[in-house]
Amino acid sequence: MLTMKDLPEKLISFIQTWKEKEGNLIMIFHEIQNHFGYVPRSIAFELSEILDVPVARIYEVLTFYSQFKLEPPGKYIISVCMGTACYLKGAPGLIEELEDMLNIKQGQSTEDGLFEIQSVRCIGCCSAAPVLTVNDDVYTKVEKSGLKDIIKEYMNREKAESNKAQVTSK
Amino acid sequence: MVYMYTVTICGVMGCNAGKSEQIYENFLKEIKKYNLEDDVNVVKTGCFGLCEEGPILRISPDYIYYTRVQPQDVEEIVLEHFVKGNPVERLIYKDPKKIDGEDRDISFYSKQERVVLKNCGIINADDIDEYVGSDGYIGLENALFKMTPEQVIDEIKKSGLRGRGGAGFPTWRKWTFTRNSPGDKKYIICNADEGDPGAFMDRSIIEGDPHSVIEGMIIAAYAIGASMGYVYIRIEYGFAIQRIKKAIEKAYEYGFLGENILGSGFSFELDVRMGAGAFVCGEETALIASIEGKRGTPVPRPPYPSVKGLFGCPTSINNVETWVNVTRILANGADWYSKIGTEGSKGTKVFCLTGKVENSSIVEVPMGMSLREIIFDLGGGIKDGKKIKALQTGGPSGGVIPEHLLDTPVDYERLKDLGSMMGSGGMIVIDEDDCVIDIAKFYLDFCVEESCGRCAPCRIGGFQMLNLLDKISKGKAELEDLTRLKRIALAMKKASLCGLGQSAANPVISTLNYFEHEYIEHITEKKCRAKKCKDLISYVIIDDKCRKCALCAKECPVNAIPGDREKGFVIDQEKCIKCGLCISACPFDAVVGE
Repeated sequence: MLTMKDLPEKLISFIQTWKEKEGNLIMIFHEIQNHFGYVPRSIAFELSEILDVPVARIYEVLTFYSQFKLEPPGKYIISVCMGTACYLKGAPGLIEELEDMLNIKQGQSTEDGLFEIQSVRCIGCCSAAPVLTVNDDVYTKVEKSGLKDIIKEYMNREKAESNKAQVTSK
Repeated sequence: MVYMYTVTICGVMGCNAGKSEQIYENFLKEIKKYNLEDDVNVVKTGCFGLCEEGPILRISPDYIYYTRVQPQDVEEIVLEHFVKGNPVERLIYKDPKKIDGEDRDISFYSKQERVVLKNCGIINADDIDEYVGSDGYIGLENALFKMTPEQVIDEIKKSGLRGRGGAGFPTWRKWTFTRNSPGDKKYIICNADEGDPGAFMDRSIIEGDPHSVIEGMIIAAYAIGASMGYVYIRIEYGFAIQRIKKAIEKAYEYGFLGENILGSGFSFELDVRMGAGAFVCGEETALIASIEGKRGTPVPRPPYPSVKGLFGCPTSINNVETWVNVTRILANGADWYSKIGTEGSKGTKVFCLTGKVENSSIVEVPMGMSLREIIFDLGGGIKDGKKIKALQTGGPSGGVIPEHLLDTPVDYERLKDLGSMMGSGGMIVIDEDDCVIDIAKFYLDFCVEESCGRCAPCRIGGFQMLNLLDKISKGKAELEDLTRLKRIALAMKKASLCGLGQSAANPVISTLNYFEHEYIEHITEKKCRAKKCKDLISYVIIDDKCRKCALCAKECPVNAIPGDREKGFVIDQEKCIKCGLCISACPFDAVVGE
């Protein structure tokens, strides 16, 4: 189980400086999520003690905002933009195709924890619609037929990483 | 140092997606290779506006724009243009209407009036000195040393500035209320929670010219008597967050923020707060709740934030673009400003033009320009030679304006009369291939998902309307459903707690208003003329065009295309799931939707 001890010192001191500030909850959650990729339940309970805020208030806020995740996310998060321009230019079809290819629904991650599909609000690249991002990489003017290559790229990256890891462990 | 050339590269989201960062790095590398460090200056700047052509960069003093530049083109540009002095012809922006000359001669820019965006694409947004060098913080000086707070408010009143967040409330009035409300501590907030799909003006402004926003806020703080300010920005705008944070840091360093600003005796603190993915937080009371670290649910007004706002204190909230306008007005005077625009709507408006338009772009036009001019002269017309059906403005709170009304000028009242609204500035071009019911469904779906659930009219009304629209798009509705839609819409408008619910039905109302015949067509004839509503189309193979290649049958995921290469193929309508794979599989365009 994750505890506060798993947090890096920088994050602990961030929480300490924000402890006394008004309206600190959201800012602290952002930092926690930046570190873990989600807000672990055990950490949320500890935060309740540290900040002297009831757990109910913590979850009231966490569940309201779509940004906060309560489960560990997939390693590669495929975010399909569903802004108007992307919608008109075929984003819904991209999501359907990805769901078929990876055999998961929006908001879920694959069994191996590698991919997650989500639809996101307008990311403001409307001139390059339809757009999707995989973690920090942006793919523009995406077509259904190009999705296979995008997925393959990350599969290959994963393979290369695990090969490298094996070599080093030998 | 005097450089021979300056390369300004657009470093914001749209172009960055096209690897403008890599282009910047390559320039540094190549310039070093030819020892041109003292001759060529490379600057990352804000949005040029012509996003469709990105990644884009400009070479001055030659006034040459290179568009659709790839990282590997940099080597050629440096060698040919800077070393040999021959511009790279194939990458130069070809103005469809004008050949060469200065910026203002390019037709995309000549019709615009860049007041808010005057620094975007010109200065290095990260460099406060460049901002100061282009008349930055002059408005602040004017306010602090030449005017009383009342005079500042009076100047804004004379300018005629109205809020750019959408509703168009006179800015001076909001400030006066906040100023006159009793209380020791007062706040101002910059609303940068730009959530309308298809609108990214605010992001471009913050990424391209953050100091203009900060300056406007300091001026307002002085006028209102506020001691603390927040920029509330959505978390999705990572790069803009970095930019504004860095700019605030620099402004502190230079004495524009903090204690005793520029020795005037006036003090003001500014900080950044991030949203967390909730559209409703663009509503001011919800935004305040979110800064307070709570769920972003709106509360009934009055009391208005100008009386009881953030942490219970008087608070004035304005949109990013409004703050920049304040900066410009104080620098150049209300007389200058009020000459731009129409009688009731002064100044300029920044729009994001997207959808089925040739040039997706950010444009700034004087109020009063016609919608048609914006779409056809600035946007370059409709993509693929299609016909325009309507223009959507105001995002999920706005409505559609049909083709025959496009000569309407941009003006708060005129757009409202048409059942749409100015909104924050999204303009989405809808062509003949788009179905208005599908568009209405898209926006309503957005509002239903983003409804905070606090009040019943919005929570239940939106859901029920969506069900009705779904029925219509599936050909299962009856004509009475249109009456039901109108009744629920009225209830939502009258009884919802905040702007989100009150305006959520607008896209439905306005499409019903102008395109009722399409709704009726869906219901009585079970026909979708745009062929968007899947349940109302069936795919067929045209015998004349079919070469019996069997590709469609092979691609079909449900084996709904029986036949053989002798007799040909037929689509089994019972089995067909309308996925459209057969259409994309057919090399002869023999599969069509009817």
